[in-house]
Amino acid sequence: MAEPILYLDGVSVSFDGFKALNGLSLIVESGELRTIIGPNGAGKTTMMDVVTGKTRPDTGTVLFKGKHDLTRLDEARIANLGIGRKFQKPTVFDSLSVFENLELALKAQRDPFAALRFKLDGAQRARIDEVLALIGLADRARELAGILSHGQRQWLEIGMLLMQDPELLLVDEPVAGMTDQETEQTAELLRRIAGLRSVIVVEHDMEFVRALATKVTVLHEGSVLAEGPIDQVQANERVIEVYLGR
Amino acid sequence: MAAATNAARERAPVLLVLMGLALALLVAVPILNTLPEDSPYRLSDFSVVLIGKYLCYAMLALSIDLVWGYCGVLSLGHGAFFALGGYAMGMYLMRSIGTRGVYRDPILPDFMVFLNWKQLPWYWYGFDHFAFAAIMVVVVPGLLALAFGWLAFRSRITGVYFSIITQALTFALLLAFFRNDMGFGGNNGLTDFKDLLGFPLNTGATRRGIYVASLVGLVGTYLVCRRITRSKLGRVLIAIRDAESRVRFLGYSVTAYKLFVFTLSAMLAGIAGALYVPQVGIINPSEFSPANSIEAVIWVAVGGRGALYGAVIGAFAVNGAKTWLTTSVPELWLFVLGGLFIAVTLFLPRGLIGLIGLGGGAPRGLGLDRLLPRLSVPKVPKPRRGDG
Repeated sequence: MAEPILYLDGVSVSFDGFKALNGLSLIVESGELRTIIGPNGAGKTTMMDVVTGKTRPDTGTVLFKGKHDLTRLDEARIANLGIGRKFQKPTVFDSLSVFENLELALKAQRDPFAALRFKLDGAQRARIDEVLALIGLADRARELAGILSHGQRQWLEIGMLLMQDPELLLVDEPVAGMTDQETEQTAELLRRIAGLRSVIVVEHDMEFVRALATKVTVLHEGSVLAEGPIDQVQANERVIEVYLGR
Repeated sequence: MAAATNAARERAPVLLVLMGLALALLVAVPILNTLPEDSPYRLSDFSVVLIGKYLCYAMLALSIDLVWGYCGVLSLGHGAFFALGGYAMGMYLMRSIGTRGVYRDPILPDFMVFLNWKQLPWYWYGFDHFAFAAIMVVVVPGLLALAFGWLAFRSRITGVYFSIITQALTFALLLAFFRNDMGFGGNNGLTDFKDLLGFPLNTGATRRGIYVASLVGLVGTYLVCRRITRSKLGRVLIAIRDAESRVRFLGYSVTAYKLFVFTLSAMLAGIAGALYVPQVGIINPSEFSPANSIEAVIWVAVGGRGALYGAVIGAFAVNGAKTWLTTSVPELWLFVLGGLFIAVTLFLPRGLIGLIGLGGGAPRGLGLDRLLPRLSVPKVPKPRRGDG
């Protein structure tokens, strides 16, 4: 059997005595689209911070493709291994154009000297145009990212992740603050991305979780409470108690 | 792909004409100086040296704009790199005095004889060669910036915390260079220079020569900065300014980029200092004073950070005002300088170039900035907590 793309075992993180993650164990298979839900403070964002190197766990194992120990690497190294992250609040580079935002995310050598000499070739340009079309921003390529609407910023950020071409994508609340139509388009976008790579989506919006139709993991107080298809999870007594019932 | 938007591209020809005009004026300065004494168009020797100094200030401003305006790293200690470059040049000028000093010692500068030193300290070796001194002009500030930056950036010290430790850096150097034991002339610094590469410093021709060297230095610095800001490297710097942690998650080592640009900027500041010293004829520890570094940052803020010509305009405008005010109403100058900084921060976040509609990347005019704060490029720096 192939190695799981992401393997977390017994991961604990505490901030000033508060256990954000408490012996969290989680396995995501290669090519899987997984949704993680849970009430506020369940540890969803902390889990993403641990996987992307922003936070070091106190104890536990975090392995990428069974061989890379993510607890020892910094954000940039982890990103270059092939793990992309989309923040809860859309974060794009406001003073750069949409095109330039994608260009920065494009897979290429990342050191300053390479960046100084960098010239976009035809294939790379075509790739950027392709992603521009996919995220529906082709006609706004030359505009500054700072003037985009909230939804467009979200898509641009997803587009930047596509340029990075990661094997594993972590997406934090992609439809927060989106209109219904935007939410639908985003679900469609994420489904198209999945399959080619593994995607973990953290989300509050149950409609959206249903729309994605994936295996769901419920976090509660820093560890896994339940796991399975959305219908099964929603029927789970304990899940109803801590989360859905309220 | 430049960082320019369509609007910026439309402005480019206007800008090119203005820059050509400014360059022509600067080139005219030494030529007008050669006219006969009685010609009404003759520029005095004093003016040549004065504008020559401004050229060096403009280079320093460019180096600050590169780290602050583009990368968002506010260094309040760039005067230290400028002064170190100046000291390296001063050491060469000192050693080329030779036996023409008061004590006529062929090796030891006057202040060492005065302190009863018998031997040249090891770190003064080699400074009798211009080439060695010229290398030290960039190597010393560069190495200091590399070491200092490495410690600061890898610990992710950003925002005001970084600014404060750069102030501490320049203040520490100020205290160190004040000490006679350091071997750099203590309080008095290095002065009484006689000649540079064999040309006597007190002649008009040498002054013009140094002026031309400074102008070439400024143009060269501008081109280096332009090459960087127009490259993908420049866009990564802007991205770091906008959203540092996002850049990390894209796989860029923010530390490496900051270190690169901070070190390069320190080296450019060193060259500016080296060109400055032969024009003013002295380098002493007051060049390390924290206020100097802050003043240089004000030039950039006034001119307009995040656009290279903004830094140059700011250096000329503020220093022009300083020269005029300190001769007519000297007691007012510091108030004006402080007021200027407050006014620019509050009302002109993009500086003078924002006022005349040449600001980099964003729409023209003044009002739009406040109506649509998101558009203002760059932002007024906010103290950033840790690594958001």
